[in-house]
Amino acid sequence: MNKKIATILLLASATGLAACAKKPPETLPPVAGPTSVPTTDSTQTGGLAIGTQAHFGAAVGASTTIYFDTDSYDVDSQDAAALQAQAQYFARYPQITFTIEGHADERGTREYNIALGEKRATSAKAYLTSLGVDANRIAVVSYGKESPVALASNEAAWAQNRRAASVIINR
Amino acid sequence: MTNKLLLLLSAAVLASPLAAQDLGAPIGSEQPVERVQVEGDDDDGPLRGTVTDESAWSDIGIAIPAFATDRDRPTPANEAGTGALGREISRVITANLRNNGLFKPVGPDALPQPGFPQITAPVYDTWSGKGAEMLVQGYVRARDDGKLVVGCYLYDVALKNQLVREGWVVAPGDWRRAAHKCSDLIFSRLTGESPFFDSRIAYIAETGPKDRRVKRLAVMDSDGANHRFLTLGSATALTPRYSPDYSKILYLSYVDGNPRIYVYDIGTGKQTLVTENRAPTIAPRWAPDGRHILYAMGIAGNTDIYRIPATGGTATKLTDNPGIDVGGSYSPDGTKIVFESDRSGTQQCYVMDADGKNQKRISFFGGRCATPEWSPRGDQIAFTRIAGDFNIGVMNTGGGGMRVLTNGWQDEAPTWAPNGRIIQFFRTEKNTGRSGIWQVDLTGQKERRLPTPVDASDPAWGPIRP
Repeated sequence: MNKKIATILLLASATGLAACAKKPPETLPPVAGPTSVPTTDSTQTGGLAIGTQAHFGAAVGASTTIYFDTDSYDVDSQDAAALQAQAQYFARYPQITFTIEGHADERGTREYNIALGEKRATSAKAYLTSLGVDANRIAVVSYGKESPVALASNEAAWAQNRRAASVIINR
Repeated sequence: MTNKLLLLLSAAVLASPLAAQDLGAPIGSEQPVERVQVEGDDDDGPLRGTVTDESAWSDIGIAIPAFATDRDRPTPANEAGTGALGREISRVITANLRNNGLFKPVGPDALPQPGFPQITAPVYDTWSGKGAEMLVQGYVRARDDGKLVVGCYLYDVALKNQLVREGWVVAPGDWRRAAHKCSDLIFSRLTGESPFFDSRIAYIAETGPKDRRVKRLAVMDSDGANHRFLTLGSATALTPRYSPDYSKILYLSYVDGNPRIYVYDIGTGKQTLVTENRAPTIAPRWAPDGRHILYAMGIAGNTDIYRIPATGGTATKLTDNPGIDVGGSYSPDGTKIVFESDRSGTQQCYVMDADGKNQKRISFFGGRCATPEWSPRGDQIAFTRIAGDFNIGVMNTGGGGMRVLTNGWQDEAPTWAPNGRIIQFFRTEKNTGRSGIWQVDLTGQKERRLPTPVDASDPAWGPIRP
């Protein structure tokens, strides 16, 4: 029990996030790009091209993605910390445009979940624009329950799938 | 040589915009089936006895021997000729009646084969000796123009009279439709219900692992035959709906990267956006007369229901609520719309007038109410009931009389048979995410999985074909 809390605290501090035990889910989805240690230390982005998802992921770590409670689209304090990390990154690289992909877990009906994912991505976008990111730089798309990252049918997997992921799409 | 090259080049030019839209080759437009008079005994008296009780129907033993032919001729419908085709038609009819659980049919492979002259003059003693109460006979005749005439006769063996007969002219490629028309004739005559076999189903064919699922638009006959893929699978396709005249399919595609509704023209194999708008559009539905389309659109994250003329033009916003309003379904007379909304905090079902007025919640039975679909008979609404697991429920149009018909882990998205007696839905397996189309009758007792070549979801049952 104590060990678990310690692990969570350790994880939370390592990722530079507020130590809220409720979220994120115990197992995080893999971060895109070659960096396996999530960190906000910008020295970790050395060698990665600016404007790539790998560079973004190396710079903000697990903060590329925020997670939601069941049926919820609210940005809570932990999501806010992640979005602040994103906003700092996008303020530093004003040439980058990106897409927020909204998702839902499988325990919802298909059409409703697309609408819910849209609402989640839009609320992440609203928070980023409130932090000064130009709304014109942010596209929003919902995949509903069609693109899960965690494949099991249990609470832990669903918690990972209820998400809004900021993605830099290279054309 | 040059001509051939030119042809190839022009074909490539024509094909490329379709491929860019993830579309396969068109399957051609719907051809109506012509009814013809068929010869026979005109004693078409009323059916005696009571067959209104379902348990009684299933006790009716129906003999369906191979359909005869006047002359065994070659036909593109069957490489062994019209005689072999007659047997195939009887098999299709037998499978239809058996799979839907209402009757106990015995098919051609277990029965003697009547000759052509006996089709209109059955030897009743042969069949009463086998315990059959009803007898279905018929014939196939190849016309000189290549089309097929199929006659279908239903006899009461005990009463020794003909109950009904009908005939159709079909192109060889449509021979199964004659079998479905005959199945419908028998079903309607014996149950007093409207027909449903001669209909098609649009659905989503699914392949691949759970996190990289390929979802393609596909269509098939009501018995799973004549399966066709309409999209290639490079873009996710979801939630199709046949137009009432089978000329078009509404569906959602991510082909431009965003969820948007397209109107796919079955005859030409081309598609257009339902509305030119940068916002995502989801949950397409036809009005019963095919002249309007309902869809939901998210503006700044808020999803509401809109109506637009099928020919394009100005959209009318029907709901205006900060919650998610989605999935409208018209009553068959077109005056009302049932839809789902989470304005109360959770997904519940609401009814409104066709112009959006008088929005009223109807589901108050605990759990959630999603994906409501109004029965083509008008008296019931099917929906996804979420109460722990996801199951298919029905209720009357005021929200009363709720009954849960299925008990899977995740049963979702009901669609009605054209006669409102059967509901199809899709069932998703826990963990694997594999899906299949199932159907259940209104008692909840007769449930079966439909055969599909790959996994399947989002069934949308079209009306009786023209």
